[in-house]
Amino acid sequence: MFQPESEAMPREQLEQVQLDRLNALLARVYDRVPLYREKFDDAGVRPHVETLADLADVPFTVKDDMRANYPYGMFAADRRDIVRVHASSGTTGQITVVGYTERDIHNWADLMARTLACAGANADDIVQVAYGYGLFTGGLGVHYGSERLGCLTIPISGGNTRRQVQVLSDFDVTVLACTPSYSLLVAETAEEMGIDPRSLPLRIGVFGAEPWSENMRVQIEERLGIRAIDIYGLSEVLGPGVASECVEQCGLHVNEDHFLIEILDPQTLRPVPDGQPGEVVFTTLTKEGIPVIRYRTRDISRIIPGQCACGRTLRRIERITGRTDDMIIVRGVNVFPSQIEQVLTGIAGVAPHYQVVLGKRGSMDTVEVHVEVAPDLAFDEVRELEALQRTVRGEIASALAVSIDVKLVEPRSIERSEGKARRVVDLRDTEGA
Amino acid sequence: MLEQLSVFLENHPGRLAHLCRTLGDAGVNMRALMVADTQEFGVVRIICDRPQAGKAALESAGFGVSVAEVVGVEVPDKPGGLADVLEALGEDDVNVEYAYCFIEPGMTGAVDVLKVDDGRASEVLESAGYRVLRPEDLYVPDDDG
Repeated sequence: MFQPESEAMPREQLEQVQLDRLNALLARVYDRVPLYREKFDDAGVRPHVETLADLADVPFTVKDDMRANYPYGMFAADRRDIVRVHASSGTTGQITVVGYTERDIHNWADLMARTLACAGANADDIVQVAYGYGLFTGGLGVHYGSERLGCLTIPISGGNTRRQVQVLSDFDVTVLACTPSYSLLVAETAEEMGIDPRSLPLRIGVFGAEPWSENMRVQIEERLGIRAIDIYGLSEVLGPGVASECVEQCGLHVNEDHFLIEILDPQTLRPVPDGQPGEVVFTTLTKEGIPVIRYRTRDISRIIPGQCACGRTLRRIERITGRTDDMIIVRGVNVFPSQIEQVLTGIAGVAPHYQVVLGKRGSMDTVEVHVEVAPDLAFDEVRELEALQRTVRGEIASALAVSIDVKLVEPRSIERSEGKARRVVDLRDTEGA
Repeated sequence: MLEQLSVFLENHPGRLAHLCRTLGDAGVNMRALMVADTQEFGVVRIICDRPQAGKAALESAGFGVSVAEVVGVEVPDKPGGLADVLEALGEDDVNVEYAYCFIEPGMTGAVDVLKVDDGRASEVLESAGYRVLRPEDLYVPDDDG
């Protein structure tokens, strides 16, 4: 552990630290950020809480707040104390800008050093940082943490995959930090270059910045001969370093002394009990540059109850399983279509392309999942195709906790789109109502 | 063993026609076609003169297609002819997954196509005195591809 005094702090003590920091934060943003003062005043909320549970009455912050206050409107520190900015890529709209004070950068390096140590790295490691350097938080975020931990740090940034492989091999790199999908491209390129990635000293992958499945982890670990660790963060909250898996690989420890996490029912926006899935909401407890209060990430996860074998007392979240934007409600159950993809990648004979069609039979919601058969048709007997259909139906139903129908459709018959695929077709309001 | 095209088709008007047109445009000539269907989808099985070319054409048109190995056997053109063939297999415990027949010009009997999971099928049929077809009996394998 990089900071055992924080990472393994007794819960009671941690909660007191959180409460003290939260109250200092609320007072500071009320004083310094007009948006928060307005929100609190409109809601009739004082910038002070008696208990952590009282936070449930404090207004949320959303991405649109950041857009509306672009670029510096939500900064809580003086401009002359901001030493760096990053910005989100803005795939869904205008970019959002975040600022860091010197102390923020210092804390961030600590948190990323925690993350790397959590993944099993130490000062003897050689870290290749293949996240992009620049406005994106990934490259510099990992870089500072790697140096803080004392690792030999290679700031290669993203792209030029053949050179990545060359450096990986020539420099005896032991830790690779990049997106999970890029690690597979690195493996593929190495093989093309006649280098067996399994023969390299590489032993740890620190992967984040995009959702990935457990099946993909297995694939990456086998092809690269490494332990693949999932890390989580978002620029509005910090960048990488918000939560990370430890070597136990059973959930991501949230750095709760810096980030207060809530899991909320996406409908009621009230907290759900530990173990239940919901929207992840963060309050930054220590950030000076651009703190956020109850920032709605739109990411879906759940708290994993119980203590981790690694000794950290920081609670764990499950890997991100979807986005609230994609959530659908079927017979009162919240369903996240992205879970379907994860199921499909584990079943031979089908492609991970699907579409969910919602309809009504009487007053009952129906769900039909269309799944493409693999282009190189694995079975040509009807009973085997029917067995495949039953397997897919069973596995999706158990992942979603909702009964569904499955229709096998022809390869490439489900519409592809450049950006977000249209995964859900809702016919419930249009059909014979 | 003969090469048979197996194509997954949804039950939509025009899909089978589209499949046949795709093969026709690729200059692939069909000998036999059989559809196994359920309420929602079907599997079309095709014996043609150039199976690999047919597969390539169907793949590039977006069909889900595979090449399956099947046994083709010449069956005497008389009542009970096919029963005799199947009994020969049954006596040796060779299970037939599916079967269909067609007439090939120039042959005295009909051709029965059998999908079996048992590698002994050809041997059993030949030792019972039947003619098991080789690819070159129906198409020129070297021309294909």
